[in-house]
Amino acid sequence: MAPSESIVLNARALERTLSRMADEIVEKNDGTDDLVLVGIQRRGVQVAARLAAVIKEREGVEVMRGALDITLYRDDLQTVGPRPVVGRTDIPVAIEGKHIIIVDDVLFTGRTVRAALNELADFGRPARVSLAVVVDRGGRELPIQPDVVGKLIDAPKNARVDVFVTELDGRDEVILLQGSGA
Amino acid sequence: MTAPLGKDLLGLERLSAEQISLILDTAEPLKEISERTIKKVPTLRGATIVNLFFEASTRTRISFEFAEKRMSADTVNVAAATSSVTKGETLVDTARNLEAMKIDMVVIRHPSSGAAQFLAERIESNVINAGDGTHEHPTQGLLDLLTLRERWGTLAGKRVCICGDVLHSRVARSNIWGLKKLGAEVAVCGPRSLLPGAITELGVQVFDRIEQAIEWADALNVLRLQLERMTGGYIPSLREYNRVFGVTRERLDRAQRDILILHPGPMNRGVEIDSDVADGPHSVILDQVTNGVAIRMAVLYLLAGNSPRLADAAKGG
Repeated sequence: MAPSESIVLNARALERTLSRMADEIVEKNDGTDDLVLVGIQRRGVQVAARLAAVIKEREGVEVMRGALDITLYRDDLQTVGPRPVVGRTDIPVAIEGKHIIIVDDVLFTGRTVRAALNELADFGRPARVSLAVVVDRGGRELPIQPDVVGKLIDAPKNARVDVFVTELDGRDEVILLQGSGA
Repeated sequence: MTAPLGKDLLGLERLSAEQISLILDTAEPLKEISERTIKKVPTLRGATIVNLFFEASTRTRISFEFAEKRMSADTVNVAAATSSVTKGETLVDTARNLEAMKIDMVVIRHPSSGAAQFLAERIESNVINAGDGTHEHPTQGLLDLLTLRERWGTLAGKRVCICGDVLHSRVARSNIWGLKKLGAEVAVCGPRSLLPGAITELGVQVFDRIEQAIEWADALNVLRLQLERMTGGYIPSLREYNRVFGVTRERLDRAQRDILILHPGPMNRGVEIDSDVADGPHSVILDQVTNGVAIRMAVLYLLAGNSPRLADAAKGG
């Protein structure tokens, strides 16, 4: 099969999606008190920053933010090689009693979120942990479900879903890649 | 698949600039782990590491041990003085016996140059050189590079002078290789009796006077003057050494610019370095110690990818 590329969300649609996700997060938290957005490296960090910007615009509040690199917590480190690049983890607040929203671009097998939960636990005991993702593409291998979803699609296992953000990629877009190029 | 570092870390001479940068880039984010309340990540869970020390060491051994524990490896320390080495067992027999107990990595410190490589060629486990004779001490070189890169952003075009007993120093050799590969200019300064005759072949400048070195350098890496050198006839006296080659506040002030001061420890205060320099604003000596743990964590992480036993375990073999 020849590789095919389709747009899941264009720049405008991504912007609307992020705005709605931000609203949902504030709604679920019943305000912005004790809210901490923790983005998973890499693109989850930019998505968390976008969500925080929307919340600031709507609520006038700067919500707390952090970044999590889960590389050292992966369950496939003994099989992958060469070693994946380790990114920066930065949890600038004490997470005890906080409502942590783990933010990522794409939810697939759930293994990244499993690693993120384990890593978070090494920082303390939050009151609650929720999961917000831009795209839920299905294909879970662990019992993990998101609380806030930007777009739900049913992508075949061998397909690829890429979220592009201006900060890193020069454009805002979500793409579904299928076939041999994926 | 091959890990980008290969099986072992034996020295910086054989690493490329890209490999050295990869280790530094990996070490940087790992520093954060030591700031946590729970200073531990599960990365090397189930891996067994033996610290095989045939020579006295406090800082390096403890630093390796912290790094191993913070990566969740299980560690065993073997000190030659209390092992069957005193009964005449050879290095290879010691290592093979350890391997028969299913270990994954060996960190070795040995008084003979080349001991780490000798071992690496004969056992399957990853071998990390923690200092072999007067040859190399790669993790010390790497932590020096990280400390300088943190301060300057880049090493390219920077000038680093290694001062003191270069002749007997594995730290000097690892530094020279590493610094030059990352684009720094390197010089050495010390009494001619403590500089190797062929030192210029390594592409370094030589200063006979510490004042010249200070005038030239952006950083001084001040080596420990091993006190036994005095009885060996290399220098007339410690006082004489301090008078001519000691890094003093007064000498540094004359440079009228910031010169970073490194020292691999343990320091002889008042001999190669004065206390007000070691504890002064431009000293990065304690940063070196902090960075040492992160560098060793990075090396463990990067080498573990190439451990045949770990790979077999993952395959269910």
